[in-house]
Amino acid sequence: MASNTKYYDNLTVSSSPHLVTSLDTTKTMLYVVAALCPAAIMSIVYFGIPAVVIIAVCMASCAFFEWAYEKILNKPVTVRDGSALVTGLILALNLPANLTHLSEIGYPIFMPILICIIGSFVAIVIVKQLFGGMGRNFANPAIVGRITLFLSFTAWMSLWPLTNFQKAGVDAVTGATPLGYLADGSLEGAPSLLNMFTGNIGGAMGETCAIAILIGAIILIALKIISPIIPVCFVCTVFLFALIYYAVTGGGPEGQSALYMACFHVCAGGVMFGAVFCATDYVTSPIMPMGKVMFGIGCGLVTMIIRLFCSYPEGVSFAILFMNIATPLLDSFAEDKFYGISKRKKEAAAAEAKKA
Amino acid sequence: MFFKSRHLNSINAGHHKHTAGCATEIMPVPATVRISMSQNIGAPCKPLVKKGDTVLVGQKIGDTDAFLHVPIHASVSGKVTGIETERNAMGGMDTMVVIESDGQQAMDPEIKPPVITNHKEFVAAVKESGLVGLGGASFPTWLKFDPKNKDGVKTLIINGAECEPFITSDHRTMLEDAQNVIDGALAVMKYLELDDCYIGIEDNKPDAIDNFDNMFAKQGINNMYTFPLKASYPKGAERVLIYEVLGKTCDAGVLPADLGCIVSNVTSIAFLGQYLKDGIPLISKRMTVDGDAVAEPKNIVAPIGTDIHDVVEFCGGYRKPPKKILMGGPMMGRAVFSDRLPIVKNNNAILVFSKEQAWIPEETACINCGRCHQACPFELLPTGFADAYEMGDVERLNDLQVMQCMECGSCSFVCPAHRPLAFMNKLGKAMVREASSNGK
Repeated sequence: MASNTKYYDNLTVSSSPHLVTSLDTTKTMLYVVAALCPAAIMSIVYFGIPAVVIIAVCMASCAFFEWAYEKILNKPVTVRDGSALVTGLILALNLPANLTHLSEIGYPIFMPILICIIGSFVAIVIVKQLFGGMGRNFANPAIVGRITLFLSFTAWMSLWPLTNFQKAGVDAVTGATPLGYLADGSLEGAPSLLNMFTGNIGGAMGETCAIAILIGAIILIALKIISPIIPVCFVCTVFLFALIYYAVTGGGPEGQSALYMACFHVCAGGVMFGAVFCATDYVTSPIMPMGKVMFGIGCGLVTMIIRLFCSYPEGVSFAILFMNIATPLLDSFAEDKFYGISKRKKEAAAAEAKKA
Repeated sequence: MFFKSRHLNSINAGHHKHTAGCATEIMPVPATVRISMSQNIGAPCKPLVKKGDTVLVGQKIGDTDAFLHVPIHASVSGKVTGIETERNAMGGMDTMVVIESDGQQAMDPEIKPPVITNHKEFVAAVKESGLVGLGGASFPTWLKFDPKNKDGVKTLIINGAECEPFITSDHRTMLEDAQNVIDGALAVMKYLELDDCYIGIEDNKPDAIDNFDNMFAKQGINNMYTFPLKASYPKGAERVLIYEVLGKTCDAGVLPADLGCIVSNVTSIAFLGQYLKDGIPLISKRMTVDGDAVAEPKNIVAPIGTDIHDVVEFCGGYRKPPKKILMGGPMMGRAVFSDRLPIVKNNNAILVFSKEQAWIPEETACINCGRCHQACPFELLPTGFADAYEMGDVERLNDLQVMQCMECGSCSFVCPAHRPLAFMNKLGKAMVREASSNGK
């Protein structure tokens, strides 16, 4: 070798592996936003300008609060990872597209915007950042934001505007949600299952259109962003619970079959949206697959118990919050019982030996 | 068996097998080689030569009385110009024998094919050949062939999975040296009285699978089979391979022999087949040279002890300034601090990356997504290990069975927060070992 050959003596030394995936947190969040797009687009189709305004206000204020909090406390600014945008979008899609109707009952005109900003503040600052920021919150920020608004601004949160298609030929501008009809004890005038499936019903902006939510779910599952365990368990539990309940109690109001009522409960309210986008939040759902199964079933049970036996017509957000709090317990239970392939094998062998 | 899942979790780490079509080139003998005296798990050897001695190719230059070792042989003929102590790739200090080549490559006259009649002589011959596990573990192979429960061992599993991205040297061995693989495997089966042999090959190497199948048919061998594996990482890990082939769970600390099998790398077996014919000990190694900073990526056979620098020069030199050089594959290989380090027996690749590819991503907060758990072949919880390690909680580490981790790096690969989980696992394992050696 030539004597002037250059050697390299200060190479980077690091622990293996030296390759990592290109999928990072930011990309994950962008995929979730993409999966939320069908629901967001349908909400704009159904509710028009108010939907655009509320989505924009929630996303912008969530991003702003994240940035401002971290700036003020001199923490590394993580707003670029996009998680605040996801929170803002989910929060917006959980609200009614209700921009003008509050002023009709005597509130200032800017009130709905203020409510959205308060919801974003609760979600980002109180639920997420005060508990340590990304990855440390114990409850889903958007869900807690929604519950806070629901309990604080009940009047606004229970005024459900009609969709652009429902308005044709009707004088009213707001109406009841399908679950609202059910809570009043009569399904007369409630929308058909087809309307509920396509989303032509009153309700929170993003929750109404089941098809758009299903498209979002397929995107997330196909990209392996979420595992299908939680949504499937959640929806199946709601379906089976309703089916059994109405079968035992002799059908729904006006003599609908138990099967119809089971489909009604799945399509009505926030079950689909909650199951796909809220209950699957990484931070607040279990890691272990068996924990996920219990989490999904728990969400479904609590939802149906609230819907059928409590005074609120809708229980998805409370159910998810409740199960968020139970997540550490579910994970440690699943770890005890189903952890690690070798342990599982050993226990299976021990059980077989006992039998023999 | 029909409804039982026969696969452990695995990940798609990309293949990057750029050199799969490159026939192996034999590298000319370099001016000097530096042969490390610790090239196996176990005891390092002591030099048998001194400065000024003349050595011949294949001459034994290092040996020791310790139990777990293999001897080391000269890879070139020439003059010993020094016995030096230098820092090795692991960061420790090694004795190295420096030999200046005379370019003759004169063979030691004592080299002749080993005469073997029984199992004991076979094990002794394998030990004399200097063979270690060439897949990367560098475990002395003779000990593997001398299991305590010899009668219980019935199956030889040859590991030709080569699941690490970039590396194609095993692939080339299976294409170019297939007869030696078969001869070596038949010898192992004969002296250990084994019933059958499986060659596990990932299905992204269909030519290697076809090649073996044709040869088995042509030579009428009916107790050796190819075993196609799904091309995903880490199918070539010993414990994963045993599960895939035999459906038996191999925990950490359990020897494959306890499960009735012996697992050996395909290159080790190919060497063995060659050694039984000509008796030349392990003095050179086939390896893949690749990475974006190498001008001409290729497969080469280089003498043990060649500098990485000389190897890269043979492959056209550096295209860009290197920032990271790996001995082995990108998933489990070792990053070295200098290109002046010599090749050792278990190197199957030299990967040279420039600044762009050597980039270490910034770590962000764990988002609890559970991908590490889904990626782990043994369904462990790397994020739990990392938390427990940071808290110094040995009990929690044991609860989570950190010792079952084989450091394959799948968890680090899939982590969207780019946390160095595999590194934390290693630290966690070290912490548990330390705690147990302190009698806790």
